[in-house]
Amino acid sequence: MMKQSVSEPVIKVRNLVKKFGDFVANDHLSFDVQKGEIFGFLGANGAGKTTAIKILCGLQKPTSGEIQVAGYDVYTQAELIKKNIGYMSQRFSMYEDLSVRENFQFYGGIYGLSGSEIKERTKEMLEDLQMTHISNKILREIPLGWKQKLAFSVAMVHHPKIVFLDEPTGGVDPITRRQFWEMIYTAADKGVTVFVTTHYMDEAEYCGRVSIMVDGRIEALDSPEALKKHYNSTTMNDVFIKLARSSGNTN
Amino acid sequence: MRIIFYIIQKEFRQIFRDKVMLPIIIVIPMVQLLILSYTATFELKNTRISIVDHDHSATSRELISKFKGSSFFTIVSFEESYNIGIERIKSGDTDQLLVIESETEKKLARAEKTTVFLVTNAINGSAASLMNAYAVAIVTSFNQELIAEALPGIQTAAAIQTETRHWYNPKLDYKTYMVPGILVLLITLIGMFLSGMNIVKEKELGTIEQINVTPIKKYQFMIGKLLPFWIIAMFELIIGLGFARLVFGIPVEGNIALLLSIASVYLLVVLGIGLLVSTISDTMQQAMFISWFFLVIFILMSGLFTPVESMPEWAQWINKINPISYFIQINRMIMLKGSSFKDVAELFYALCIYAVLILTFAVKRYKKVA
Amino acid sequence: MKGFILKEFLHIFRDLRTMLILFGMPVAQVLLFGYAITNEINNAQIAILDHSKDPVTQEITYKLLSSGYFQLNDQLSDASEIEQAFKKGKIKQVVVFEPNFAQKMTKDPPAVIQLITDASDPNTANLLSNYTQAITGDYLRQTSGSKRNLPVINIETTMQYNPELRGVFMFVPGTITILLMLISAMMTSISIAREKELGTMEVLLVSPLKPLHIIVGKVIPYVILSFINALIILILAATVFGMPFQGSLVLLLLQSALFIVMALSMGIFISTVSNNQQTAMLLSMFVLMLPTILLSGFIFPIENMPLPLQILSNIMPSKWFIIIIKSIMLKGLGIAYIWKETLILIGMTIFFIGMSVKKFKIRLD
Repeated sequence: MMKQSVSEPVIKVRNLVKKFGDFVANDHLSFDVQKGEIFGFLGANGAGKTTAIKILCGLQKPTSGEIQVAGYDVYTQAELIKKNIGYMSQRFSMYEDLSVRENFQFYGGIYGLSGSEIKERTKEMLEDLQMTHISNKILREIPLGWKQKLAFSVAMVHHPKIVFLDEPTGGVDPITRRQFWEMIYTAADKGVTVFVTTHYMDEAEYCGRVSIMVDGRIEALDSPEALKKHYNSTTMNDVFIKLARSSGNTN
Repeated sequence: MRIIFYIIQKEFRQIFRDKVMLPIIIVIPMVQLLILSYTATFELKNTRISIVDHDHSATSRELISKFKGSSFFTIVSFEESYNIGIERIKSGDTDQLLVIESETEKKLARAEKTTVFLVTNAINGSAASLMNAYAVAIVTSFNQELIAEALPGIQTAAAIQTETRHWYNPKLDYKTYMVPGILVLLITLIGMFLSGMNIVKEKELGTIEQINVTPIKKYQFMIGKLLPFWIIAMFELIIGLGFARLVFGIPVEGNIALLLSIASVYLLVVLGIGLLVSTISDTMQQAMFISWFFLVIFILMSGLFTPVESMPEWAQWINKINPISYFIQINRMIMLKGSSFKDVAELFYALCIYAVLILTFAVKRYKKVA
Repeated sequence: MKGFILKEFLHIFRDLRTMLILFGMPVAQVLLFGYAITNEINNAQIAILDHSKDPVTQEITYKLLSSGYFQLNDQLSDASEIEQAFKKGKIKQVVVFEPNFAQKMTKDPPAVIQLITDASDPNTANLLSNYTQAITGDYLRQTSGSKRNLPVINIETTMQYNPELRGVFMFVPGTITILLMLISAMMTSISIAREKELGTMEVLLVSPLKPLHIIVGKVIPYVILSFINALIILILAATVFGMPFQGSLVLLLLQSALFIVMALSMGIFISTVSNNQQTAMLLSMFVLMLPTILLSGFIFPIENMPLPLQILSNIMPSKWFIIIIKSIMLKGLGIAYIWKETLILIGMTIFFIGMSVKKFKIRLD
């Protein structure tokens, strides 16, 4: 177990490879993420983003490579990693037949919070989300955007150091997306590292740094401004298109 | 552990809120118990028999009256000939045909051999055996009466008498036999079927990912998912026992505490199998089919409907890994005969070993990481 | 439309586990029913309590034990041991000879044999005591009847349609019925419900395919699967068990087709009232499969059930179909004998199709 100093990255990935049979989903990925960063993991659908994020969360085993999350090794200390991270999956995975409050209670309990801690946290989060008035409503009856925001809060219920978000804003309206990103900023301000994947290129602008995956490889890794300059573009969307073209040419 | 408590709390909340699950867990078992106890009988009542009497003598009429007076048979028709009688069997109007040939009385008076013909619709082989046995018994005892009349002074016909005493079920009520078995069936369905499906549902919906990403330990998750069904099954068993006593008049002759403690171990085995099924299924449909497959085979071979002793060697060997057969035996022994721990000890230890093995295996198979 | 049907097929076949069960289960069931499940008694464990131990009792004991029905588990020495013997759970019957049996037989008849049965299983108890009585009766006749000319009635028995009393004949029709119900009704309802649940049903409905085509397309793979499965069972039964096939194959196939359509219409109806897979599954299971197994006459004869249940069984289409199959396969009967049942099935089919269409129309509006 490594001691974490201030300059030590919270996520350290060297040569991550994930193969499914002959298919290479992640091809020698290497990157670092610093504490408090909002790190965007971009790429088209099927580029390998979800696979990578699941490996970082300890949901899948990598084929090879060195990976450390929150200072713990992904091969041998996966359970310790899980104590320190939160996760929001691409597919909505809260319990639709339980109420808002009950979902908080459950996940809070799973993460080992005490009864009073859960009560406090729940109250706090419901106020932040402005959902106190529907705390007893069954999730099935709540609109998607609210559910997404809820899922994010639940991922944070135990004050994790890092939170992984896999396509968190899929299918929601622009206003809700905006609100969501505000929540992300708030979290980052409090020192939480946010690792977010998305295929919405405009969301890349909100990140501190982004990496762009094409066909399982990282083809670019830098801040949005630097990337736009480098590729002579005004939007990240443009950057992506240029990138996809050029890597297509080199193949 | 508190974490387990939270899982159990969630499970119960979900079960009680599920409009379909709840009636199935509560209502269906009781309905099953009622209906199945009444339908599941191989008892024969009112076998329909048709008679062809070519003799028309006092003797033949007397023989016929024996059938009339028997509670097993109902004479539905008198036919003119064998062929017409066979037609009746063909069309399903009667189950058996008795043909008494002509000159029967005369032949018997001369101590000459006569024959009666008994034709039974044997599509249902076991019922046919019984029907036949009863009919033969009637004719045979009639024969013995004739012999006794023919030779007064020598009571050879009555030299040996058999007295039958039926213990544990003097009325020969089939329900007494079936109800304990059906109780086992009920709790097995809940323990194996529903528990497995429940875990796979989380897999299919994706909520299991959210759980796998937490520091929760394997055993905590499993206990949390299985314990609710253990509780529900035990609860059903107790209600079922109450039903058995109040509705069917079948009390527990032996020690109820003994029965319940063995039941709790049995449930562990059954839950373990459910868990195992959930680790090899990705969708609820698969889980259902796989459970159904094993369940049907195990139930058929368990001795619930047909005796285990009647099965061939190889089938009895397979039964060694059939937990249902163990518990059905134990349940019947304790409920109907009042057997003690000593009597069921061997079976019980087998169940214990089984529980340990299967739970270990299932837990090993369940991975939080793909 | 062809592409649609093909997609459905692929979808089913790719699910290896379900496939295995679909084909493995009927095979396993037929094998079990054919070889293992029977009500007959062989080698029942008994105990003998012989207070007399003379040549007569020993002769009778010998006859009992060599009959093939009984096996000696224990020799008891006292009546107090009987209860314990039963409680151990192995013994089904205790045969008790009274003291001085042989003497009593000739000097002071009757000599009494007490048969104490474990009547937990009434069937076995009955059969065992019947067999015992028959064997003692036999003994009596042998020892006394040979000396004189006595009126003896011979009984010639014929087991019609099933001389060897094969259990499998009872069960094969039922197994086929259950299977057809399982595939045609249950799987169909789940498959349609799944499309609803995943939302792909709407996509289909806005496509150029007419609703009728969608349903037909969904349903054809299951029809074919059912047929194949039924054929497998029939072939197995005929080859491995020598089950006879008396009647017209064509008639059987036609009736099967009718039943399949019937089951399909029930499956479709269930899917119209279910919102998701789990509901469809549970409904199919508890409203279709279980009653089919219990009340159709598959294992338990309907005639033995109490009246209200007998009446209830009349609304089970499976009941009528089993009668039809048995009549054709085992009795070799033609349409003349089964027109009534056939009409009932047709009526039920029309009913369910009508209900499904109505429900479907409501959904669309």
